Amino acid sequence: MLQYLALAAILFAIGIFGVLTRRNAIGILMSLELMFNAVNINLVTFNKFIGPDNLVGQIFAIFVIVIAAAEAVVGLAIVLLLYRNWQGIDIGNINIMKW
Amino acid sequence: MLENAYLIPIYPLLAFVIIIFATRWKEKLSSAISIAAILVAVIHSIFVMIAVIGRHGVPFELSVPFIEHPLISLETGIFIDPLTAVMLLVVTIVSGCVQIYSLGYMHGDPRWSRYFSYLSLFTFSMLGLVVANNFFMIFIFWELVGLTSYLLIGFWFEKDSASDAGKKAFITTRIGDLGFIIGILLLATYAGTLNYQEVFTKVADGAVPVGVLTMIGIFIFCGAVGKSAQFPLHVWLPDAMEGPTPVSALIHAATMVAAGVYLVARSMTLFVGSAEAAMTVAVIGLITSFMAASIALVQNDIKRVLAYSTVSQLGYMIMALGLYGFDVAKDPHSHSVGYFAGTFHLMTHAFFKALLFLGAGSVIHAVHTNDIQEMGGLSKKMKITSLTFFIASLSIAGIFPLSGFWSKDEIVAATLGHPVFMFFTLLIAFITAFYMFRLCFLTFTGKPRNQERFDHAHESPKTMTMPLMFLAFLSVFAGWVGMPWLSHGFSSFVYTGELQHHGPNYIVMLVSTIVAVSGIGLAYTVYFKKKISADVLMEKFKPLYTLLLNKYYFDEIYDKVIIKPLLAFTRMMWWSDANIIDGLVNFVGWFTIKWADAKMLFDKYIIDGAVNGAGTVCMAASWLFKYVQNGSVQFYTLVVITSAVGVIIYKVTPEGFVYYFIGVVVVALARFLMKMNRPEEGNVETEPEG
Repeated sequence: MLQYLALAAILFAIGIFGVLTRRNAIGILMSLELMFNAVNINLVTFNKFIGPDNLVGQIFAIFVIVIAAAEAVVGLAIVLLLYRNWQGIDIGNINIMKW
Repeated sequence: MLENAYLIPIYPLLAFVIIIFATRWKEKLSSAISIAAILVAVIHSIFVMIAVIGRHGVPFELSVPFIEHPLISLETGIFIDPLTAVMLLVVTIVSGCVQIYSLGYMHGDPRWSRYFSYLSLFTFSMLGLVVANNFFMIFIFWELVGLTSYLLIGFWFEKDSASDAGKKAFITTRIGDLGFIIGILLLATYAGTLNYQEVFTKVADGAVPVGVLTMIGIFIFCGAVGKSAQFPLHVWLPDAMEGPTPVSALIHAATMVAAGVYLVARSMTLFVGSAEAAMTVAVIGLITSFMAASIALVQNDIKRVLAYSTVSQLGYMIMALGLYGFDVAKDPHSHSVGYFAGTFHLMTHAFFKALLFLGAGSVIHAVHTNDIQEMGGLSKKMKITSLTFFIASLSIAGIFPLSGFWSKDEIVAATLGHPVFMFFTLLIAFITAFYMFRLCFLTFTGKPRNQERFDHAHESPKTMTMPLMFLAFLSVFAGWVGMPWLSHGFSSFVYTGELQHHGPNYIVMLVSTIVAVSGIGLAYTVYFKKKISADVLMEKFKPLYTLLLNKYYFDEIYDKVIIKPLLAFTRMMWWSDANIIDGLVNFVGWFTIKWADAKMLFDKYIIDGAVNGAGTVCMAASWLFKYVQNGSVQFYTLVVITSAVGVIIYKVTPEGFVYYFIGVVVVALARFLMKMNRPEEGNVETEPEG
């Protein structure tokens, strides 16, 4: 079980690092997907080792995948509009909410 | 007609209002209105007189509440008894004569309408004073009369002497009025009412202590002293001769100055209650009478002789009233005739003194001077004036059977039982006869002493001689109503207590006639026959003559003793005002300004400083913290994750959290400082398009 959780933690850490450091908006979205998957692994792992009789964890993981798909759609749409308006998707330049 | 008697003062008031507000510019109409009003008042007064006779002495009273108060109620109303009725007739008749006379005398005066409106106002005030039914009302009219007197004395205000005389008259009578109002207030305090009849009933019942009554009597008498020009406030009346002569006749001979006598007669009950007050009144009357008569001996101004004569005669009346009060106070069943004598002389004197003044006015009108040394022989040119003037002089001297004879006789009779008073009364009668005929002889007989003035002299117009003749008629016959042979004459008409009637006193009549005739005889010898030279007499009694010519130095004494110290005191007060009071006020102002300056500094630096400081602190804080809001999604995410990690660490090891927190802060500061050093690098603002 430890191996599963370690994998999830490593994946999650990689995702956070990607979110914080990537300047490309697409890259950030991809890192987000990594974090989702790390969570999914956690869910499935706990389901298998703690309560294998019901499938709540498995089902929840499927829910997360579905939501992640929807999130990716919205995120990509925003990125598309960003590209049209700024002629670029470097997240470092998108700071119109600055003080 | 009694019920409507309140209208009598209203007629002249209406005339005054109409003239002032409507007909000022129409001179003929103004005087017509004024005279019409006074004639209506005369007729109404006659009817009132008839009605009063029909009531056999029962007074008529009509009153309306004016101010209601638990302590004292003031009312306005009329009170008509025989005395009032007599006064009404005297005032309206003399006023009517004077107004008609003024048509001639004031001819061509630029302030004609104003003159007649003032006369109407005066008549209103005087009539109101007479019909008033309480001391409150009489005081109001008392002051109104004083005001109109001031206006009329100073009528020719271009002359300094006239305006000064007006002021002098007003201020001098005000001094007496102060006493009067104190007396009224005392009366209100002790009697609780100001209505005549209530007051007199209470006083007669002994509700007021005798000591207080004496004070009240003397204070109220102060008012009479001022208005009736009694010693020591007589100084204003001779100066009041600066006014037009008809005014002198109306106000300063016949009516206003009689107000004081009327007041004493009206409040006789008060003096009857206090022998001391009554004696004060009598003594003041005697002093005034003698002093004024002696001054009149040497005056050369025709009006001033008459003015001093007026003061003297008023003193006579006051003395008679005072003696009556004294006699009755000593013995309630005394048969003193003083009350009757005083009021009777008041009436007869009004007629013949008005006549004398109007005659003097006629003379002045003709020769344009007041100085009798420049007249002489005028009887040839002014038949009517000289004839009526002689009639009035005979009347005032007390020659049978003119009206003055009857009233003067009664005054002499009133002094029976008081030898000192009697001696001086007869002496004054002698002096009066002498100076009146000195005046007559110097003015109307002998050779003209100023030919130029004599040549210009002429008899006055009809408007002036008609009133003279009418008043001469009254001067002869008005006194007949008081003949001692009549059992229901004037004496029983104006009684105050029990019906008093007494037969004629032939000895008194004889003595007073002898005195009067000898006075006239002496004047005849000196000034007509010139058997004794007036100049020789003058040289012989030089000090006395100088003393009299300077009117006993009253004006000078008042100037030295009262006016000068008062002015000095006033100047001192002014100095203290200017320096101490104003200094104090200015210091307070100065101190306030300085104090305000100090407070301004406090405001500026402490209060404003605090307010601005709050703003500055906010600005500084926001300058610092704005970097948190840098709009970078990744920065926000970093903060969220760092915080989440912090929470987890805190849950696991609280001690470790401190190190974690310090670490995070240090890293954040380091990052921040680095960013500050290269502010805009890679961080170029990109404006959104559209």
